[in-house]
Amino acid sequence: MGVISISETPLHVLAVDDSNIDRKLIERLLKTLSYQVTAVDSGSKALEFLGLQDVENFQSFSPNPELEVNLIITDYCMPGMTGFELLRKIKETKSLKDIPVVIMSSDNIPARISRCLEEGAEEFFLKPVRMSDVDKLKPFLSKSERKTTGDEECVSNDNSIAIYDDDVNDDDDVEVWSDEDEQRQMFSEDQSC
Amino acid sequence: MAAVSQLQRQFIDYTTSLYNEGYLDDQFTQLQQLQDESNPDFVVEVVSLFFEDSEKLLNNLATALQQKSVDYNQVDSHVHQFKGSSSSIGAKQVTNVCIHFRNFCEAKNLDGCLRCLQQLRHEYILVRTKLEALFRLEQQILQAGGSVPVME
Repeated sequence: MGVISISETPLHVLAVDDSNIDRKLIERLLKTLSYQVTAVDSGSKALEFLGLQDVENFQSFSPNPELEVNLIITDYCMPGMTGFELLRKIKETKSLKDIPVVIMSSDNIPARISRCLEEGAEEFFLKPVRMSDVDKLKPFLSKSERKTTGDEECVSNDNSIAIYDDDVNDDDDVEVWSDEDEQRQMFSEDQSC
Repeated sequence: MAAVSQLQRQFIDYTTSLYNEGYLDDQFTQLQQLQDESNPDFVVEVVSLFFEDSEKLLNNLATALQQKSVDYNQVDSHVHQFKGSSSSIGAKQVTNVCIHFRNFCEAKNLDGCLRCLQQLRHEYILVRTKLEALFRLEQQILQAGGSVPVME
């Protein structure tokens, strides 16, 4: 029989949330779609799981291929490392930056949403996260399409994202922020966690 | 058999009233829809976590507001957590009080905070009582050999 066997390893999602209730919820939601789920309660534990030892100094990264992660879904507001900081660190790490990251937040703050999307998050879900949100993860979790889907899954077409009047944040006139400016901006505007 | 359908009717009516009276919102329905034969206790498990969490948070809030010099960031952090967990299970009234509470935290209004804490405790006890009654009804239906109606 000329059957080509496709890898049957279920797709693996790493969920990060400091709330035990939300962890249980997101885990159940993801499992209804037959994803394998690992749930951790902090950004630093997430980085450890992804193979980043000595998290603070980013020394010695050792990716473990058996624990391949196909998507990371993280809460924004967490003590210690926020979801944004986790996103940033993932995007700055060569061997992790291609893993799609989704942010969840209970607060509908346009500046926060655009910041996350600009930093490379694929999607931003408002909590409580529902089945209809999780359904939108399918394109990101299709291994073969992962590299091409990134740009095509244009978030602005997606009406699950909080609708907000944001004509200020036009891509054409993005200001050039220095890293310091961004830090200041981040801390002064978004301390609502 | 009449007993089962009576209990089921009671369940449906009671659940409907909880939605109509604003104790629960659609998120609770979402939770119920995530329950199935392989996860038969999902709702009770999540709600139990909520009960545990809430009692801890209420105690922490009381302590935080009793301090000589109140740390409003700390208070807000607890309320934020409470807002999140109540919203995740659909306990709408509790979430609403949390929203007001956060405004008082931002304004560093001790009086407002204390009143909100009282309100929060009240709404929490109400929703806990209602949910416990709902779960008892479910148990009665199951023990009578029936199945729990799924709300749309």
